[in-house]
Amino acid sequence: MKATGTPNRITYREAARQAIRSALHADPRVFLMGEDVGRYGGCFAVTKGLLDEFGPDRIRDTPLSEAAFVGAGIGAALGGLRPIVEIMTVNFSLLALDQILNNAATLCHMSGGQFNVPLVIRMATGAGRQLAAQHSHSLEGWYAHIPGLRILAPATIDDARGMLAGALSSPDPTLVFEQISLYNMEGDLTPGIERVDIERAAVRRPGRDITLITYGGSLHKCLSAAEALAATGTEVEVIDLRILRPLDDETVMGSVRRTRRAVIVDEGWRSGSLAAEIGMRIVEQAFFDLDAPIARVCAAEVPLPYPHHLEEAALPDPARIVSAVRGLLA
Amino acid sequence: MISVLPAGVTRERGLQLLREMLRIRCFEDRCVQLYGEQKIRGFLHLCNGEEGVAVGVMQALEPRDAIVSTYREHGHAIARGMTMGVIMAELFGKRTGASHGRGGSMHIFDAATRFYGGNAIVAGGLPLAVGLALAEKLQHRTGIAACFFGEGAVAEGEFHESLNLAALWRLPVLFLCENNLYAMGTALTLSESETEIHVKARSYRVDAMPVDGMDVLAVGEVTRAAVTRIRGGEGPMLLELRTYRFRAHSMFDAQLYRDKAEVEAWQKKGPIITLTTRLKAAGLMTEDDYQRLEREARAEVEAAVTFAEQSEWEPVGDLERYVYAEPAR
Repeated sequence: MKATGTPNRITYREAARQAIRSALHADPRVFLMGEDVGRYGGCFAVTKGLLDEFGPDRIRDTPLSEAAFVGAGIGAALGGLRPIVEIMTVNFSLLALDQILNNAATLCHMSGGQFNVPLVIRMATGAGRQLAAQHSHSLEGWYAHIPGLRILAPATIDDARGMLAGALSSPDPTLVFEQISLYNMEGDLTPGIERVDIERAAVRRPGRDITLITYGGSLHKCLSAAEALAATGTEVEVIDLRILRPLDDETVMGSVRRTRRAVIVDEGWRSGSLAAEIGMRIVEQAFFDLDAPIARVCAAEVPLPYPHHLEEAALPDPARIVSAVRGLLA
Repeated sequence: MISVLPAGVTRERGLQLLREMLRIRCFEDRCVQLYGEQKIRGFLHLCNGEEGVAVGVMQALEPRDAIVSTYREHGHAIARGMTMGVIMAELFGKRTGASHGRGGSMHIFDAATRFYGGNAIVAGGLPLAVGLALAEKLQHRTGIAACFFGEGAVAEGEFHESLNLAALWRLPVLFLCENNLYAMGTALTLSESETEIHVKARSYRVDAMPVDGMDVLAVGEVTRAAVTRIRGGEGPMLLELRTYRFRAHSMFDAQLYRDKAEVEAWQKKGPIITLTTRLKAAGLMTEDDYQRLEREARAEVEAAVTFAEQSEWEPVGDLERYVYAEPAR
């Protein structure tokens, strides 16, 4: 885990695993619990090997009781620990929505600030693996609606590695959404990186003509689109929101005021989406700087279908992003 | 038929238990008036009739123990030792309230006494208690988590998930089911296929037993034994505390679902009246003693009301405070 001095090519999955491992080493109050995190090694193999290294007290396999183990995470946080709770997928998190919304997000306020909930909940989100309509949704935008929560969406190897430490040092309940198609992605890990900020959006590609605003798995689709557009002379700026609540308006507005055009790309459903929120904020804060209407590329309004061609058609892809950009520049 | 006092109960102990129950009763009787005067708003759930449970249980717990309660928690909070003025101010929604007035009657919290709140989602507090107990165990501390819930909670999945997890991990949780026979207006017999709640707990290998919740001495005794066992590492237990609420579910309840005769029959078995009768019969207390305790309780309640009345409101400018943790001031 020490800095090696040379870039280290690893997968997103491995980066997430290293982050958990580091956190367990750094703080005896940290423990991990969730379904199949121990003996099975994690549904997406993120926690493989951790049970052997840290033992069953700190790597806790739970029954299929999302409400109970998420609630137990809240209670353990109240009791002085720093739990990392893994929920297999965002769809299953709905079984624990009572605990997340009615307890984790509200206890601090309801108690007049007497009790805070330093809990981290990790979960897989999103589509792209042909897992159909009960394992593929992108509900992080819903969670970003809730005051009292912090919502993180690591999209890069460095963020997968460094955001967890930030989340664990937060005094507030923090949800980390890992897009399932990213787990196999390879990239260079910045040597020595242990922690990154969990406050600011990042400009992943600078450009002067138009701003693409996105997060999570869609970041890479936006970067592909930007690359394609560069070939025809359009310089696209790509912003990775990174933190979905609280949103970093400053970075978004700073970019939009320069490029004067914006497309928001979000794997959630279009109606009432996070993209809608960002679009409205741009209208509120930067309307007079715009040279064109704001556009959105979101998921089709359909429960995610199983067959590959239909799933693909339901999701944002580089071609649709390119076409949205061209539409605004025409 | 009211049974005789068990041997070994002193005048001092008897009066202490009675005093605590009267403090709760007087506090809540006053709340009814204050609700009529619109000083207290929102939902107000009173525990009249259930004071023996609150007092009996709290006498058996220690400061190191964590408590998770429900929206019917005034009695628990008072018996736990929270200041009456701070609770009343919370009911008024004032800045000096336990939760700065942010929670109201259903959400009383107190870090100093490890009182983790009135939870107003039925069964929503059980998983928290499991986690608080896990924190005790993993940090090698000796506290237990005591969790109140009504019999209505037994129909929720969170009850079953929590009992299973607590038993599976052998956690120090004391599950306290206040069985007052009605989930709002739905009788236990209309919502449960098995109405013996302690029997359900046993299916998760959680040791469980019914207790006469109208007998504060019995509640204290059984709870003390349970706490000793749990603290000794024997895993969770469940007590089914059989009780009854004399007043409506909340202030918006016409009580169409139960007979007056039933309420009256239970009132005759009330925890205050039975303890009073037993203490008098044993020659440990006189009517003068009772009158004095009641006077003292009323005076304390009046002081709490004055404190709440005279307290400030939270400034509107602070509206968005406490959504996220604030740095220590």
